[in-house]
Amino acid sequence: MVDPLFILEAVINGILLGGVLALLALGLNLIFGVIDIVWIAYVDLVMLCMYAMYFMVTVYHWPIVLAGVGSLVLGAALGLLVHILIISPILSSPPINQLLATGGLLFFIQSFATLLWSTDHRSVRVNLPVLEVGGIFISFPRLISFALALLAMIGLYLFLTRTFVGTAIRAVSQDRDATALMGANPLRLYLVTSAVGGAMAGIAGALLIIQYAVHPYFGGAFGPLTFMICVLGGLGSMFGAFVAAFIMSQVISVGGVLISTEMGYVVAFVIFIVLMFVRPGGIFTKRT
Amino acid sequence: MLELDGITAGYGAFTALWDVSLRVEAGEAVAVVGPNGAGKTTLMRVISGLLPLRTGRLIFEGADLSGQKAYDVVSHGIAHVPEGRRIFPALTVGENLKMGAFLPSARSHYRESLERVFTLFPVLAERQGQRAGSLSGGEQQMLAVGRALMSKPKVILLDEPSMGLAPVMVLRLFDLIRRVREEGYTILVVEQNVRQVLKIVDRAYLLEVGRIKMEGRASELAEQDFVRKAYVGA
Repeated sequence: MVDPLFILEAVINGILLGGVLALLALGLNLIFGVIDIVWIAYVDLVMLCMYAMYFMVTVYHWPIVLAGVGSLVLGAALGLLVHILIISPILSSPPINQLLATGGLLFFIQSFATLLWSTDHRSVRVNLPVLEVGGIFISFPRLISFALALLAMIGLYLFLTRTFVGTAIRAVSQDRDATALMGANPLRLYLVTSAVGGAMAGIAGALLIIQYAVHPYFGGAFGPLTFMICVLGGLGSMFGAFVAAFIMSQVISVGGVLISTEMGYVVAFVIFIVLMFVRPGGIFTKRT
Repeated sequence: MLELDGITAGYGAFTALWDVSLRVEAGEAVAVVGPNGAGKTTLMRVISGLLPLRTGRLIFEGADLSGQKAYDVVSHGIAHVPEGRRIFPALTVGENLKMGAFLPSARSHYRESLERVFTLFPVLAERQGQRAGSLSGGEQQMLAVGRALMSKPKVILLDEPSMGLAPVMVLRLFDLIRRVREEGYTILVVEQNVRQVLKIVDRAYLLEVGRIKMEGRASELAEQDFVRKAYVGA
């Protein structure tokens, strides 16, 4: 029998992991929901931002907060670049070509990173204590990541609901022509969306590097997980992605303690596959 | 105020409009009537910039708008209420109206525009927080017109405003269009409901298979024998 304290600890860790996963899923889902193209290489942009964090903090000794802002800006710039160079020329291509193009980008980024930085694992050391509350150990970096991820998501929510541009971004995902009739340039809204999605990747990169080491194949673990969460929550649904992130992180974390870390992922993917048979449109899609 | 001069336009190999010329003076209400597939919606899409014109010129208040994109055309003061209303169903009523005021010039008058729209369509004030997709057809049409007014336009293009509405609602809608007109807006309306629309406009054009077939005062056009037989149903 597993100590209940361990399970409680796993639940807390699951919630903390869920914060960053939700941030990743929201970024990817925002881009998909608006531009209707899945950025297969999304988490590889996160990986690039993690490397940037590593260089800024460990090699060039920038203060970590400044480096975090740098990562956000880099993420936004990468998002813009991906949109301008790769997405914009194939906006009206068949979906399979769009998938191949962003998938190709994934291999390009991975190989490029391997060539530049080899396959060594690199991490940023943050001297933060481990909290102990009543026999439960909580990692401080994880707590901070969670809090900042939550803040970033609140910021995204306010942007999308309170500002004219944010409202227009939601509008263009529903009706492109009607949005143009309101005086908003859809192509410019796509650019803003890509930059915001990229900035989310930049923030996620800064939050992940204080918990995990980065290597060129980092996207291999978090990439599929992020897609799974988006699909589970219903592609394009922000609320669905948010909830699905916490469900999946719970399964992985608690499953990992009850069985083994690898089995936690196995269980998560099995649940995903079964749910896809039962509710192919995602768990929150209303049946019509 | 608005002048179309020899406009040709279409989709791919198909030409939907042939050498169409028409004009709308400031303060006027003008209708374009004609059967299904005559090119009425295409005409509206060309004016608002959603569809590029092939030849001809589009002049608005002395400025040549030919070839301008939709998001630029609206900034000159031409608001298009498209066929099928095309409100944003997942946004709330309030957010739809906010989108109407997206232009920087309209944003600064957001509050007063909102008040005007709510005075005109009180039901929209009651439904502000509701998802637009949950409104009835008539309410959606009011929202679409209200959204267009939010941009502070000079001309409003109405494309088949009565389409899909219950007969009672159609009468109310034409009454509302009359009130919008009294507010001083210039209106160009496309309608299949010829009998009703000829009662609220000054002049009308008859469009058939992409060509202007006839033009005249609304009352005269309504008296034309074949117009009466074909469209007015008298």
